[in-house]
Amino acid sequence: MNRDTRRTRLLLALLLVTSVSLITVDYRGGEHSPLDRVRAFAAAVFGPVEEGAAAITGQVGDTLDSVSTLGDGREETQRLRRENQELTRRLRTSKLDRNRVAELDALLHLAGAGRYRVVPARVIAIGAAQTFSWTVTIDAGTRDGVRADMTVLNGDGLVGRVKTAGPTTATVLLAVDPESSVGVRLEATMEIGFTTGQGVEDGGDLDLRLLDGQSTVVRGDRLVTFGSQGDTPYVPGVPVGSVRRVKGTPGSQTRTATVATYVDFTALDLVGVVVEPPRADPRDAVLPPAPGG
Amino acid sequence: MSYSRTAVALLLVTVALALQVTLLSRLPLPGATPDLVLLVVVGLALSHGPGFGLVLGFGAGLASDLVPPADHEIGRWAFVLTLVGYLAGAARDETRRSAFVPLAVVAGAGAGSVLLYAGLGALMDDTHVTWAAVTRLLPTAVLYDVVLSAFAIPAILALVRRTEPDGIVR
Repeated sequence: MNRDTRRTRLLLALLLVTSVSLITVDYRGGEHSPLDRVRAFAAAVFGPVEEGAAAITGQVGDTLDSVSTLGDGREETQRLRRENQELTRRLRTSKLDRNRVAELDALLHLAGAGRYRVVPARVIAIGAAQTFSWTVTIDAGTRDGVRADMTVLNGDGLVGRVKTAGPTTATVLLAVDPESSVGVRLEATMEIGFTTGQGVEDGGDLDLRLLDGQSTVVRGDRLVTFGSQGDTPYVPGVPVGSVRRVKGTPGSQTRTATVATYVDFTALDLVGVVVEPPRADPRDAVLPPAPGG
Repeated sequence: MSYSRTAVALLLVTVALALQVTLLSRLPLPGATPDLVLLVVVGLALSHGPGFGLVLGFGAGLASDLVPPADHEIGRWAFVLTLVGYLAGAARDETRRSAFVPLAVVAGAGAGSVLLYAGLGALMDDTHVTWAAVTRLLPTAVLYDVVLSAFAIPAILALVRRTEPDGIVR
């Protein structure tokens, strides 16, 4: 028994040291970690598994809804109930389909307005909140033309950028992730700044910092992406959100504000990956019509 | 370590991981995500002991580090779940004394895993890990894990009993 305990403790120490070594190698490697190959391999293997699981778990929700009380009493009641449930289920799924069609419609409209060429994809997996990061898996990968550092959007606006792409799936870093920094331009004043995420918990808000401390920014000002060099990772002209609250005092080094995103990050489903950026900056042509005008 | 044990563990970890990212994390719950992978590690460690628990924890942790959309340093969950598996396994003999022991182990594992994972991140200046984020996650993580364990742990133990009739009570 004593020998067994010692062996177990040795194994424990060995595996903990292995974990720490992996973390260190991956951390030191940064953007070019030697473990990225392992990651890519895992994405190729687990990606299809996730696609299958998502197809099943998507059905589970619908089925749970339609399976309700079992009919007791006469057969006629049961038959009617069953028929009723079947009709209700059909109605619900058709509603789900309609939602999806509406989302696709909005996405195509936005893509058309900005002249982006997009590959549509669905969100199939979301990282656990305990990992502290805001990333999702989508069901489009390198086989669909998706590469790392491409812009991801939906019908409402900017969703994020592709972090890594596997053969059939890709991982998207959401704009609300604290690691995500997006160059933006104010529609009204053309001022330039950048946003960083704060996580979804605070209503999916972004922090905005404007480069010019003298610039005026007011509540309701709308933001579009400024566009990165070479259009990666962000293409220009994608609607980001509108200013919710202005912080700080004028005259300080930078002006800061909170931005409410157009995209609802708690209900992401259909997204589009921009595989071909627009030839000319669409400026703010893609913004939704201004309220009341 | 028998083949059937390993097979059951592999199956459970795979299913738990798939459910975790495609279903549990999509539930509109405030705060944390119910951690099914953690419960599989705790459940099997409670029935097979510390040696099995720590190896299983390492494997399940490494898988959690790799499964998309994971975007952190590989090895963080592996470190956390290795410890969780070992400690839960060490509590195996206590489970016969009281029915509350598994509950306490799950609660401890839920809180400990969040804190340890965040702690490892803090060491590497992970910008995601803030005191506010940790305190927001911690209570819900423990709550969800304990509630889910009421269903998951008996199910896991029943599966273990079925696959090895004389396995659970040594």
